[in-house]
Amino acid sequence: MSELTNAMASSPSIEAKVEAKLARRRAAERRFRAAGFGAIAIAIGFLIVLLGSIIAKGYPAFVQTEIRMPIYFSPEIIDPSGQREPSALASADYGQLARQALIGQLGLQDPDRGTRRQLSALLSQGNDVVLRKMVLDDPALIGTTQEVWLPAPAALDQLIKGHMAREADKGGQFNERQLGWIDQLSAQGLLQKRFNQWLFSNGDSRQPELAGLKGAIVGSFFSLLVTLVLSFPLGVATAVYLEEFAPKNRWTDLIEVNINNLAAVPSIVFGLLALAIFLNVFGLPRSAPLVGGLTLTLVSLPTIIIAARASLKAVPPWIREAALGLGASRLQMVTHHVLPLAMPGILTGSIIGMARALGESAPLLMIGMVAFIVDVPATPMDPATVLPVQVYLWNASPERAFVEKASAAIIVLLVFLIVMNAAAIYLRKKFERRW
Amino acid sequence: MSVTQEQAFSPANPDSAAIKVAAHDVSVFYGEKRALDGIDLDIRVNEVTALIGPSGCGKSTFLRSLNRMNDLIEGCRVTGNITLDGQDIYDVELDPVQLRARVGMVFQKPNPFPKSIFDNVAYGPRIHGLAEGGDALEEIVVGSLERAGLWSEVKDRLKEPGTGLSGGQQQRLCIARAIAVAPEVILMDEPCSALDPIATARIEELIDELRQNFTIVIVTHSMQQAARVSQRTAFFHLGDLVEIGGTEQIFTNPKQKLTQGYITGRFG
Repeated sequence: MSELTNAMASSPSIEAKVEAKLARRRAAERRFRAAGFGAIAIAIGFLIVLLGSIIAKGYPAFVQTEIRMPIYFSPEIIDPSGQREPSALASADYGQLARQALIGQLGLQDPDRGTRRQLSALLSQGNDVVLRKMVLDDPALIGTTQEVWLPAPAALDQLIKGHMAREADKGGQFNERQLGWIDQLSAQGLLQKRFNQWLFSNGDSRQPELAGLKGAIVGSFFSLLVTLVLSFPLGVATAVYLEEFAPKNRWTDLIEVNINNLAAVPSIVFGLLALAIFLNVFGLPRSAPLVGGLTLTLVSLPTIIIAARASLKAVPPWIREAALGLGASRLQMVTHHVLPLAMPGILTGSIIGMARALGESAPLLMIGMVAFIVDVPATPMDPATVLPVQVYLWNASPERAFVEKASAAIIVLLVFLIVMNAAAIYLRKKFERRW
Repeated sequence: MSVTQEQAFSPANPDSAAIKVAAHDVSVFYGEKRALDGIDLDIRVNEVTALIGPSGCGKSTFLRSLNRMNDLIEGCRVTGNITLDGQDIYDVELDPVQLRARVGMVFQKPNPFPKSIFDNVAYGPRIHGLAEGGDALEEIVVGSLERAGLWSEVKDRLKEPGTGLSGGQQQRLCIARAIAVAPEVILMDEPCSALDPIATARIEELIDELRQNFTIVIVTHSMQQAARVSQRTAFFHLGDLVEIGGTEQIFTNPKQKLTQGYITGRFG
């Protein structure tokens, strides 16, 4: 032992060299770690700024300033003939009801034309829609007086939320008299910020206070449903065939290269393809979630095929040998053993592919899902838009209220994406098997 | 139909030279490379035939050509003639699935399915429809586990995953899984190479017992194992069958210099 120590000590030059080198190696490692830490810190910083700004901009859109008014559903205005005919009920001037209620609420006696015009700035054009829906849903309301929370117009909403100055020279849109009325309503507790129910129950609208996401959410849902129903079975079947059955030759190599390339093709190209084929050749309806789903299938198929093939490849070959050695056919080997073991990975890949499809907007612009559509689609054949396109539409709007809505839509979209990714993680953990 | 009754041949065959599998002029190619060159080899019924030889000599390739597992390897080609009870197993009419039900296989690495112990053994009978009803299936599973010498160790944990067993137990589970299909021939590809000596001894005992009912072909790297378990030994070298004979004769009095060199440890 001591001899060995002596032998080592007798060559100090080697020891010194190792020592010197060691210091440099340690320094290099410290630098590398610092760089990695810095990169992560910068990434987290950007994420915080991004999420922070979206949430800060978007959260006010989840509340909406509303005015509480005792609406008298006057039979003379709604249904002068007394027949309760749906066509008559649908075409009545419901805005008049809100106007009269506001006049009563402010205690104005027989206002002149100018006053009426100034009052109308406090009334949303959407009141007409809201009140008509109430009456059509329940004609028994006619002749009664109901306390109704009506949406305040966008300008009033922005004023209450503090996004607009009171003074006219700083961009304020209300004059002294109107401000007086607003303060009066506020003081009576009739002007409140309440949860914005219209955001989730309405389709798009020209009135920011009535514009909602329901149309976009339902459109996204239908599109993704079509995408899932088509791309999951197609993608898994393709992957299984290529991985387990196809002979390895020049043709399958060519197909593999092409699938990998398709995954890198900009999605708008798929939109052009869909426009040319689904709309122009097959004559499917423009703006329909069905076509959106078909287009997103094109976008997500390569991703799903690649993920599924990687999962199938990860199943150890001896599982296949064990099954075949027992006399299982190839199909039995795949369905009984390989596919169940690969399923967690396939599901994760598919959900991530779906999440990508949910966030996709460019190819959908090509097939007309960017149209202004008020009605919530009832079937995948009805015209619709989707969440990311709704974000694009609202963000392009000049009104501040719409920009606020766009941020809210981004938040809703992000929540859906987080839920889908969480589902992917959950499924992977749940079905993960060790071997 | 239980395993013990299902034998296409007489276990107490007085003619010990009855030939189960006959290989004639068998060559195997991987692409352009020739892995086996004109092998003539007979496997006798109810005997253990050991295939020995240095790595890369083609003994595993030969074994896998007996149940057409080589079909799965891209670019692999088998020429010549292999018969099982006189029937050509490379006949285009013959479904390899059917063949593999008659010629079972145990692999080098214990490879139970990531399923329960019961499902592992029941898988073969299920896909071949050997059992009608749950009771018959259970009978096969219990019988197979008993014959694989695993029953007493696992009878209380049939629902637990087969992958949770020890290496030796896993390999015996794989043997139980193979015999549950009631094959006539069992091929074993270095079944003990991943096991410790005690587990190896148990498997070797088991092989000796199974010989009563099955014809066994075993590839092994251990010459002691070949000497212990087999009745006949074939020595392969560089794709050629150098010598085949009674195990005792091969290990005590080999006819070929090459065989002598290998068994005495001069190369290999």
